[in-house]
Amino acid sequence: MAKQHITTTINGEETEYLCEPQETLLDVLRDQVGLTGTKEGCSSGDCGACSVMLDGRLVCSCLVLGVEAEGKTVETIEGMADGDELHPLQQKFLEEAALQCGFCTPGVLIAAKALLDINNDPTETEVRYWLAGNLCRCTGYDKIIRAVMDTAADMRGA
Amino acid sequence: MEHLPEMHLQHPATVEEAVKLHAAAPASRYLAGGSDLLVNIRRGIERPDSLVYLNGIAELHTITDGLEQISIGGAVTLRELAESQLLRKPFSAVAQAAGKVAGPSHREYGTLGGNLCLDTRCVFYNQSEWWRAANNYCLKYRGDICHVAPGGKKCFAAFSGDVAPALLLFDAEVELAGPDGRRRIALAALYRNDGMDHLTMTRGELLVAVHVPKIPAPVRTGYAKSRVRGSIDFPLAGVAVRLGLQDEKIADLRIGLTGVSPLPFLVRGLDKFVGRKPDDACLEELREVVRGQAKAMKTTLTPPHYRRRVAGALAQKLAESIF
Ligand SMILES: Cc1cc2nc3c(=O)[nH]c(=O)nc-3n(C[C@H](O)[C@H](O)[C@H](O)COP(=O)(O)OP(=O)(O)OC[C@H]3O[C@@H](n4cnc5c(N)ncnc54)[C@H](O)[C@@H]3O)c2cc1C
Ligand code: SF4
Ligand code: FES
Ligand code: FES
Repeated sequence: MAKQHITTTINGEETEYLCEPQETLLDVLRDQVGLTGTKEGCSSGDCGACSVMLDGRLVCSCLVLGVEAEGKTVETIEGMADGDELHPLQQKFLEEAALQCGFCTPGVLIAAKALLDINNDPTETEVRYWLAGNLCRCTGYDKIIRAVMDTAADMRGA
Repeated sequence: MEHLPEMHLQHPATVEEAVKLHAAAPASRYLAGGSDLLVNIRRGIERPDSLVYLNGIAELHTITDGLEQISIGGAVTLRELAESQLLRKPFSAVAQAAGKVAGPSHREYGTLGGNLCLDTRCVFYNQSEWWRAANNYCLKYRGDICHVAPGGKKCFAAFSGDVAPALLLFDAEVELAGPDGRRRIALAALYRNDGMDHLTMTRGELLVAVHVPKIPAPVRTGYAKSRVRGSIDFPLAGVAVRLGLQDEKIADLRIGLTGVSPLPFLVRGLDKFVGRKPDDACLEELREVVRGQAKAMKTTLTPPHYRRRVAGALAQKLAESIF
């Protein structure tokens, strides 16, 4: 099949790639653009390791085709820190050891940021429900939830 | 996981163009949010050669508040449905059902059309190719026997969309576009009791919109579901209830079920509750009626008797809490 030429904005930078119609946004990000921070856990929408923002919407990039990014903006984990300065969520995850192997972490951070962007005072239940689509096989979730709650508290205080 | 197989992808701008493009390839499928279809393609239970992408069609994205009905486009997302101001009382059940589908990222991308046209589900079917091959497949796809009811020739895979039972409470109609033009049918008529072939749409028909007639009577509605994880999974049983009271007696009662059979449906025989006070005895009887019609089969890891009981219990609880 003829590859399609896609122009999109990834982490603020205009980016072009050629992709087959059946390539997912996750395939493209990892294999063509070289942004391997976004992970593939299941490719069936279950694990959230592939979470990215597409035009400001939280999506599983394994369920979105690469061509769907045409003319849109994509935000991935690579764009989360501001240069050397970590996003408050990243900083808090480090301080509170909210990760072990780290495989789920990029997706969790993207999803958690999406929540805090619309609600900086979530209840614990809201955080748990929001992150239900992000599976973690290591931490037992508790530290993740705490880190998100603590970041929200800091951000409100700031 | 396997990569997706090679496919063509079409980008129509109108419904009519989409229908034409669909008809042009032998094994086309409409692609909306892809949260069911792409997974099924990857698992080899769908093998389209061409996908017709619906999200570029403006008509499918609108929600309009008409004089007599609310019309919701087929590609309206579940999040938009859950947050729509038009779907407040008495239509709360629809917004609640949409808000209880999957997790936030799926609701952000998953659509109403995809939810209503969702394939039926079974623990022997929604598996990878090698898993199904190791089990000699099953009747629904490529195999000769049904592992749920091995003696028969029927598939019991369960329709597990959350929104359909809520829309059934309101006599909603679906607008379909096909090669022969457009038609409107009752949502209930979109489904048949066959896990292998549960949609009555003819090949190539596209679900353009759902029309929900406004109702004059002061009724209240709600939706509740049971699932393995309370935050994300498909319904083991999903229950939508519509209840109207007059002088503290039941004047209007409807219950829609999903997740317990190959089609979503309205519980039959509820007329006998009209005119009665919704007291404990009445609601317990109601629970038993619902349980009797929730004929779940062994299509999930959770045993069927639990799903039958929980359907009844959810209906009882919802009816109790709705007023
Ligand atoms: C982890 C996970 C959990 C999930 N949990 C739930 C759940 O709890 N409840 C639930 O209901 N669903 C659930 N889903 C399934 C799915 O996300 C939703 O049902 C969603 O609404 C499907 O919509 P879609 O637009 O993504 O459909 P698609 O995948 O794009 O399409 C699904 C089917 O509908 C057809 N179709 C789509 N739009 C149209 C149209 N306008 N006209 C004709 N045919 C059309 C497609 O051809 C395909 O056959 C879950 C999915 C995942 C991955
Ligand atoms: S109910 Fe039987 S035929 Fe249908 S999907 Fe399950 S195992 Fe297959
Ligand atoms: S890789 Fe996309 S949800 Fe798991
Ligand atoms: S830290 Fe290992 S999966 Fe979450």
